[in-house]
Amino acid sequence: MENTRNKEYYISEFKKTEQSMNGEASSAFHQIRKQAIARFDEMGFPTVKNEDWKYTNVKQLFDFDFTGGSAGVVTKKDVDALHIKGLNENIIVLVNGVYSEKLSYIKKQNSGIIIENLNSVLKNNPELVLEHIGKYASIENGFTALNTAFAKEGTVIFIPDNAEVKGHIHILNITGEAGKHILTQPRNLIVTGKNTKVNIIESYHSTGIEENFVNAVSEVVVGENSSVEIYRLQQENSGSFHINRTQAVQARNSVFTHYSVTLGGGLVRNDTNVLLDAENCTGNLYGLYLTEGSQHVDNHTLIDHAKPHCQSNEMYKGVLNDNSRGVFNGKVFVREDAQKTNAYQSNKAILLANTATIDTKPQLEIYADDVKCSHGAAIGQLDDEAVFYLRSRGIGADLAKTVLIRAFANDIFETIENEAFHEHLNNLVFEKLG
Amino acid sequence: MSTDLSNVEELAISDYKYGFETDIEMDVVPKGLSEETIRIISAKKNEPEWMLEWRLKAYRHWLTIKHEDQPHWANISYPAVDFQDIIYYAAPKRKIELKSLDEVDPELLKTFEKLGISLQEQKRLTGVAVDAVFDSVSVTTTFKEELSRLGIIFCSMSEAIQEHPELVKKYIGSVVPYTDNFYAALNSAVFTDGSFCYIPKGVRCPMELSTYFRINTSGTGQFERTLLIADEGGYVSYLEGCTAPMRDENQLHAAVVELIAMDDATIKYSTVQNWYPGDKEGKGGIYNFVTKRGACRGNNSKITWTQVETGSAITWKYPSCILQGDNSIGEFYSVAVTNNHQQADTGTKMIHLGKNTKSTIVSKGISAGKSNNSYRGLVKVHKNADNARNFTQCDSLLIGDRCGAHTFPYIEVSNESAKVEHEATTSKIGEDQLFYLRQRGIAQEDAINLIVNGYCKDVFRELPMEFAVEAQKLLSISLEGSVG
Amino acid sequence: MLTVKDLFVRVEDKEILKGINLEVNAGEVHAIMGPNGSGKSTLANVIAGKDGYEVTGGSVTMDGMDLLDMSPEERAREGVFLAFQYPVEIPGVSNATFLKTALNEIRKHKGLEELDAMNFLKFMREKMKVVGIDEKLINRPVNQGFSGGEKKRNEIFQLQMLQPKLAVLDETDSGLDIDALKIVSNGVNLFRSKENAVVVVTHYQRLLDYIIPDFVHVLVDGRIVKSGGKELALELEEKGYDWVINPEPAAATV
Ligand SMILES: Nc1ncnc2c1ncn2[C@@H]1O[C@H](COP(=O)(O)OP(=O)(O)O)[C@@H](O)[C@H]1O
Ligand SMILES: [Mg+2]
Repeated sequence: MENTRNKEYYISEFKKTEQSMNGEASSAFHQIRKQAIARFDEMGFPTVKNEDWKYTNVKQLFDFDFTGGSAGVVTKKDVDALHIKGLNENIIVLVNGVYSEKLSYIKKQNSGIIIENLNSVLKNNPELVLEHIGKYASIENGFTALNTAFAKEGTVIFIPDNAEVKGHIHILNITGEAGKHILTQPRNLIVTGKNTKVNIIESYHSTGIEENFVNAVSEVVVGENSSVEIYRLQQENSGSFHINRTQAVQARNSVFTHYSVTLGGGLVRNDTNVLLDAENCTGNLYGLYLTEGSQHVDNHTLIDHAKPHCQSNEMYKGVLNDNSRGVFNGKVFVREDAQKTNAYQSNKAILLANTATIDTKPQLEIYADDVKCSHGAAIGQLDDEAVFYLRSRGIGADLAKTVLIRAFANDIFETIENEAFHEHLNNLVFEKLG
Repeated sequence: MSTDLSNVEELAISDYKYGFETDIEMDVVPKGLSEETIRIISAKKNEPEWMLEWRLKAYRHWLTIKHEDQPHWANISYPAVDFQDIIYYAAPKRKIELKSLDEVDPELLKTFEKLGISLQEQKRLTGVAVDAVFDSVSVTTTFKEELSRLGIIFCSMSEAIQEHPELVKKYIGSVVPYTDNFYAALNSAVFTDGSFCYIPKGVRCPMELSTYFRINTSGTGQFERTLLIADEGGYVSYLEGCTAPMRDENQLHAAVVELIAMDDATIKYSTVQNWYPGDKEGKGGIYNFVTKRGACRGNNSKITWTQVETGSAITWKYPSCILQGDNSIGEFYSVAVTNNHQQADTGTKMIHLGKNTKSTIVSKGISAGKSNNSYRGLVKVHKNADNARNFTQCDSLLIGDRCGAHTFPYIEVSNESAKVEHEATTSKIGEDQLFYLRQRGIAQEDAINLIVNGYCKDVFRELPMEFAVEAQKLLSISLEGSVG
Repeated sequence: MLTVKDLFVRVEDKEILKGINLEVNAGEVHAIMGPNGSGKSTLANVIAGKDGYEVTGGSVTMDGMDLLDMSPEERAREGVFLAFQYPVEIPGVSNATFLKTALNEIRKHKGLEELDAMNFLKFMREKMKVVGIDEKLINRPVNQGFSGGEKKRNEIFQLQMLQPKLAVLDETDSGLDIDALKIVSNGVNLFRSKENAVVVVTHYQRLLDYIIPDFVHVLVDGRIVKSGGKELALELEEKGYDWVINPEPAAATV
């Protein structure tokens, strides 16, 4: 494996795409892409020398020539099976990274609300995209640069002031095609105005067993007095690469709640960042990861308290089995102005096997004095005595473990207000452990 | 109405009490670093060939480390050190062979008295054996005879190289090899003195051993090297104190401390570090870049690091434990106070290798003024370290609104039976507590001292009595002027 | 001794005290009663000099000294004592160390010699008996792990130790069972003398059965709406605060 592939391959792919464009190459948006590919050329992919990538080596990515795939490989039946009861009012389906109109369903919404594929918004309403894209998820590494350079598919959700959204919005990604290694780079933009509320499910699945690569970026603007909840579910096959970056920015009195659930994937890296950019905001980041085999799951979070009187709650829980490896790096940053900040972070993991590994680095960086911040990290294992207790009451060893793992995850479940999501996650966890 | 914490910090920094300079004739090797400097140092100390060779190897290795590969941390900034602008050897001229305290230069004795350690007093009253390092060389070691009756060796490093070369050769660099880091390499090349201690099998050292370090000569760097070995079943409690005169320039202190505990041995190593921190504007002060590491080589061995860090312009220091022996225990108790423009980046590494190893970390950071205080730590549990346990408590207290407190704990666990717990908090000094004390007639500054001392109790408890008292005093001196 | 004149106080832009007048002379016990949130603690805290209250008008003086111009510790040394409604816990600082420091600061201020460890201990033992406080509590950190009742008792113990001129007791009865209430009241009654004065803040009448006040003031919504003798407390107990909040027309002249 030559390292040449790792950068040049993507740059040449970019040139190919560019040549196949007609008028679009001169669009304002394409200039953003060009800047991004230049940044990618400078930065390349991060290496373990970079403190932020210390525990996650992405060099296996270079073993594959990832390409695009076709949309026709997935049937309506496949997709229907992935609908989630109670969360399926609006469904946007991307097959191999490309929007499928046929498989998607969007309720008629109130005027002004946009729930649409990025590509079509770029045609109909490019100003909206230009106003926001790349403004929040600044390019800090090659992956974000690459996603920006290839940004075309993805979902735009725009909710104007006071508009009421009907139903949940489920963005469903299915990737895979026999004999191919598929690369998808969804780019999502979620912008809410004042006094709005929206719940979004972002799920990722694969068909087949081939190694695919999803490189997703989402930018989220939470408007004044608004609430945005995102449930991200990663359920891909065990050979898949998934790099995700979510960046949220909050306005006054807003609430942003994010759940990151990782059950599948081979190498997974999530960067989930929130900027509390006005007073009285609440940011909630929750995560649950259950890993096995040789999965590698790296969760990086950054909660940036830029303004006073905000609070943040963060809780990540992991259960690691076999040879899997977990990484948690959570940074809470309290800037000089952010007095009266209340930040709480907790990160706990259990190791089920001797060969599983966890590396964790919770960080508090605090420059304001009138704050209350705490973090806790704990690594341990299932309580043998509890396992024995359950077994002595006639519960089989496996079920006893499952029950205790579910109990370990309960702190996360307790935070879930959405009943349908609560139910769905509960099923997923039992299925995975079952 | 009453004074607000935020518009305070008006009071000037209290005078650094130890900022005097002693006028003694010194034997100084001119500034600059080369193989030649190292040969001169080695020759002056009449060292055996192997020692010189080791130094030169370290020096050659140091040359290969690029300056940009010097340790650098996110939360510390300082101008680059010019290694050719440092005096690597300065010794009081009159120190030749000292048979008794009476032979010590009276000026020197006065200096130590000003520091609050009258060697004579110490000798008579407290029963603490003292080794005093003045700039580069060890001046006097008290209590030597009493200790030697038990087979305990406690002397300067230079003397140990002469008298016990086999021990030095066996252990030096065995915990901190010269390849470890930039400053460890530099220290290995140019170290001038330090303390050496060997506790033989089954011996419990009956008194606290103690070293005082002082940087006196302008432009000197202090590179001391300390090596402490507790053989099977041995026990020793060792104290280290440091001061330096006030100067506008930054002086470098790059020490290496190595501890080795064999089966069933216990070493307690306590430090009260009070190097000159620089003035109110951040001018001058000591760069304190120290590598301290202990190896729990034997089963059931134990190493405890306790430190109270109030001085230095910049401190980097991570006293660590390598828990090799089964059932071995590593402990780290730390209070780090920063005020004005001080920067401290300190913490520990607990490396669990043996089975049933335990470590405890208690770190209390207090930041005032415009200072920055970071905890940086690593708890690593290796694959074979079954049943490893760690508990970490890491608290930061903020006084004033222009200081920073940061926590960077790394936790790496590769064994399923490990239990690792980490708790950290950061908060402002409690206004309600402050008001409560003031309502009872206690002045604001005293109230802060009481609260801060209370906050540090868990660490002070680990210090020997005399040191605990000194530590509390230092704490209040160092926080003076942080509020007004 | 204590004179509060036309006192207006705000907290975070909200007006809490709206013109309080109060005159307390040496030898007197005044009770301030009122419903929750009426501003009783605010008044007590302003007298003691707590941060976070903005005095927008009026004055507070003690024996002619302008209290508002003094730091909390200066007031304490001049003899202002506040028994807190919620005594704070101070980890790592032992009760004994704390009291010795406080006592000696106050003695120094009065020009008295500081007590050495021996004499301090002797003095403390005497006072411990008065309030029946356990030796164990003395060596524990200030208020840490104390029950609600122990905290209140500790406040009165400090009152006995520090012997102030003016004691302001903020809801010292809350959380006490009847036995503890008697002990605490006894501590306060022993403290009473011709030279000092006590202001008892409470919203129940119960404490006033044991600490008999000379005057009772009713504080409602930041104003003293009614003052009277000790019988006013009983009347309040019987008729409730509504009685003073919506008085019969004839009584509405406060
Ligand atoms: N620090 C504060 N911040 C905001 N409001 C406060 C504060 N302290 C008191 N208040 C408000 O002032 C009013 C009076 O409170 P307080 O003096 O504690 O009443 P009381 O002691 O009579 O129950 C209440 O409405 C309370 O909510
Ligand atoms: Mg009250």
